[in-house]
Amino acid sequence: MGASQTRSDHEHQHLTDKTGFSLEQIKNLHKRFQQLSGNEETISKEDLDRIPALANNPIKKQIIGAFFDKRNQHQDEVGSCDEIGFEQFLMVMSHFRPPTLKTTDEEKEAMRKEKLRFLFNMHDTDNDGTITLEEYRKVVEELLSKSGAIGQEAAKAIADAAMLEVASTNVPHMAPDDFYEGITFEHFEQILKGLEMESRMHIRFLDVDTTTMRCGKSTS
Amino acid sequence: MTSRRGSHSPAGFGKSLPERGLLLLVLLVLLEGSVLPLGAAGSPDTSHHTKAGNSAGNGTGNVTHKKAFPVLSLDYHHIQTPFEISLWVLLASLMKLGFHLIPRLSGIVPESCLLIVVGLMVGGLIKLAGEEVPPVLDSQFFFLCLLPPIILDAGYFLPIRPFMENLGTILIFAVIGTLWNAFFIGGLLYAVCQIQPANPSNLHQLELLPCLLFGSIVSAVDPVAVLAVFEEIHINELLHILVFGESLLNDAVTVVLYHLFEEFSEVGTVTVLDCVLGIISFLVVACGGVLVGAIYGILAAFTSRFTSHTRVIEPLFVFVYSYMAYLSAEMFHLSGIMALIACGAVMRPYVEANISHKSHTTIKYFLKMWSSVSETLIFIFLGVATVDGKHDWNWTFVTVTVILCLVARVIGVVGLTYMINKFRIVKLTTKDQFIIAYGGLRGAIAFSLGFLLKKELFPLREMFLTAIITVIFFTVFVQGMTIKPLVELLAVKKKQEAKRSINEEIHTQFLDHLLTGIEDICGHYGHHHWKDKLNRFNKKYVKKCLIAGERSKEPQLIAFYHKLEMKQAIELVESGGGVKMPSAMPSTVSMQNIQPKKPPLAKPVERALPQLPKGREEEIRKILRSNLQRTRQRLRSYNRHTLVADPYEDGLGDLLIKKQKMIELEKKIKDMNNYLTVPAAPPDSPTMCRARLASDPQAYHTKSVSDSVPAIQVDLASPQSPDSVNMMDEFRRAGQQQQQQEDQGLTMRPPSRPGEAGGARDPQKLTRCLSDPGPSADEEEDEPFLEEAKGD
Repeated sequence: MGASQTRSDHEHQHLTDKTGFSLEQIKNLHKRFQQLSGNEETISKEDLDRIPALANNPIKKQIIGAFFDKRNQHQDEVGSCDEIGFEQFLMVMSHFRPPTLKTTDEEKEAMRKEKLRFLFNMHDTDNDGTITLEEYRKVVEELLSKSGAIGQEAAKAIADAAMLEVASTNVPHMAPDDFYEGITFEHFEQILKGLEMESRMHIRFLDVDTTTMRCGKSTS
Repeated sequence: MTSRRGSHSPAGFGKSLPERGLLLLVLLVLLEGSVLPLGAAGSPDTSHHTKAGNSAGNGTGNVTHKKAFPVLSLDYHHIQTPFEISLWVLLASLMKLGFHLIPRLSGIVPESCLLIVVGLMVGGLIKLAGEEVPPVLDSQFFFLCLLPPIILDAGYFLPIRPFMENLGTILIFAVIGTLWNAFFIGGLLYAVCQIQPANPSNLHQLELLPCLLFGSIVSAVDPVAVLAVFEEIHINELLHILVFGESLLNDAVTVVLYHLFEEFSEVGTVTVLDCVLGIISFLVVACGGVLVGAIYGILAAFTSRFTSHTRVIEPLFVFVYSYMAYLSAEMFHLSGIMALIACGAVMRPYVEANISHKSHTTIKYFLKMWSSVSETLIFIFLGVATVDGKHDWNWTFVTVTVILCLVARVIGVVGLTYMINKFRIVKLTTKDQFIIAYGGLRGAIAFSLGFLLKKELFPLREMFLTAIITVIFFTVFVQGMTIKPLVELLAVKKKQEAKRSINEEIHTQFLDHLLTGIEDICGHYGHHHWKDKLNRFNKKYVKKCLIAGERSKEPQLIAFYHKLEMKQAIELVESGGGVKMPSAMPSTVSMQNIQPKKPPLAKPVERALPQLPKGREEEIRKILRSNLQRTRQRLRSYNRHTLVADPYEDGLGDLLIKKQKMIELEKKIKDMNNYLTVPAAPPDSPTMCRARLASDPQAYHTKSVSDSVPAIQVDLASPQSPDSVNMMDEFRRAGQQQQQQEDQGLTMRPPSRPGEAGGARDPQKLTRCLSDPGPSADEEEDEPFLEEAKGD
């Protein structure tokens, strides 16, 4: 018992350096991981699918897919896995850490890039480095999927208008015959720079154990 | 129009305008000063006359004294009150006008300062005339008539998202900050008043409780003053919402403290029980106010669901329900301000989904107008009341008050921010703290509360009032004037002027769902989770009750997109057929650039056309075609102001949803002709020239006209009717059009025909004709339509 404790602590210590979470947070996330995986070493897509609260989420598939996407592991690999271990789980979660008071401006920039990259990967499903019109249309369709049957036309129109906006903001002068291939990562950054991702895209990670506390008050 | 005259005599006219403005101002002040005492003097005169007449009549007994029939008589008393009110409102508005005619002044001095100065002048004039200054800042009048419009305006247009995100911070500043200020100022003042052994002044008789009461009156940040000053400095949204939100929410605290200390000043002591009751009272006041406001808000939303047949009185419901919320809250001594804010914020999303576009504009402009007039009046009256009141200047008291106010504010903000930053994600920097502390302005609410104090209970009332006025003047003048240069100096982030783009909206929604999903995976119920639950509850139950028709099912993204489309359509019409950019970046990108390349069609030239998605094209084509019919039967001269009133104005939302169903019907026509055509008019007709102005391809390209949103070029060439079509009405009527007239339509010229321009026309001239209302030789042959467009 004691030996496995120290071994997992040691692993967790290694993970704090890699992902930036505190030891407490890692412990809590590990507990959750165990809960999701049924005490096994890895979790699969079905495990995440079973979470009841996710059922109402219109982009559930994309979120689950993001966990299994190798691009989010910062290891220059592509493709997707079928199962992930705790370390990969943490890596994905680390995209949602908030900046602290001590984060410098360069670190904030790096954080923003990382978070935008995560979003970009979620949209760019065929991994060609650009978000094409079809992919963007799919994104909007998924967003509107749970909101009733207003029809595909509206989703298409919105996606088209959005794409047009990206194109005209980034490449203002195109000849009538040019074709805008798709949204590259730089263009993506450009259009979303008003949203200040580093402060928006975060959740509060717990320093206390949820499984023992019902209401989950966060103090991070 | 003025620009045309201006171009003929630029220098002389322009220079004399500020001077004329100044002259006008002075004249008005003199007029105002002289009329009011005249009015006051007039009424006793007329009453004197009637009395004399009566006595004369009685004295002579049975002899009926027949007066000559009065052809012209003066009866000022009859109309005195409304006349004076109107005169004040007129003065206030003319002052506002005057200030903006003098450009340098309005840049340096905030409007509130100028208005107080005007008030001082008017008060001085009235006093000089020897008349009694009317008690204009009567607390009744202030709290019941002058304050509500400003608060309703603020509450209705409150940006909900940043407000809710920062609610914790705002509440801490409002509640704890105000409490800290009140006790610090009151306590220290009492201490200072006690230590004057050398010269015993009447300060010694100042008890602790009156001091605390004074502290609570003077410590509250005033929403009117904050609005007036912050609106001019365009600071970033976070700071604006923090200071402004604090000024709104501290009303509850102020109300409770004021009543508490006022009650107990009579008794003289406060027990622990009273403190506990005070805390409970605070919760009741705050939550009760919000509840009352929410109830009225829901009532208003529900009422607006049924107003589709009586569009004209829609704005009335908004105003009356809100005012009643305020009055109901005041009736129970709850916080009226919080009731107003809650009412406005709750009713807005539902009301806006139900009411017509015109009602929306009406509400917006009426609210802005009333709040503007109210604000102006408040500041002027502050000036007048200053001159009038009996002042009791006590150097020690006043200076200590001012210093303590500043010190308390700074310490409070710094201390609270230190605590708050532990919980916030976006931390407040030192610069932010400075602005928050510096932006804590006091205003007329403090003065009115002081005015309400009873002389019997507070013998030093005049001293209090003097001190309050001094603090107000200090904060408004000194802090108000210097905050703008300080903001520049400290390089505080300013408000981003960029409009919300569709991409940002898509990604905001996407992020919301993503973060909710991650929270669910993590297994804890963070605030995304609850927000999502609230949204779903809202969509499922509340919207169905409160929103009429099919709009209740419209998802937010689509609503946003439709709003954007509306705005662009309006801009399209206003620019007279040319293409104006919503976000000022010229671009030649159009839909064809992003559509994936299709296999080459039979007629590639015409295919290069579509500049908007198919659905829109169908809709617009249908609208224009059907209305070209109607246009021919309409008036000969087109004048925007004599448009036939539209009795069938329908909800645009319903229309845009119905258009989906129309699209299937249109598929047949689409195959027949890829673009709308009409027999072309002979090239020399004025119609044709006008049309070419509107849709010239060269103008389109060389002007690098913006096209970030799909736009259409409409050629209004038509041999029979010189009339043009009102696009806005068309959009509304589209819902009723079912016929398909295939042989009448409008031409959308493909943009890539170089020879079209007509050699005589210089593209530069065309540009000028379209967008710049300047004199040009081409305008001799103007048709009314273009004249209107250029006149804008």
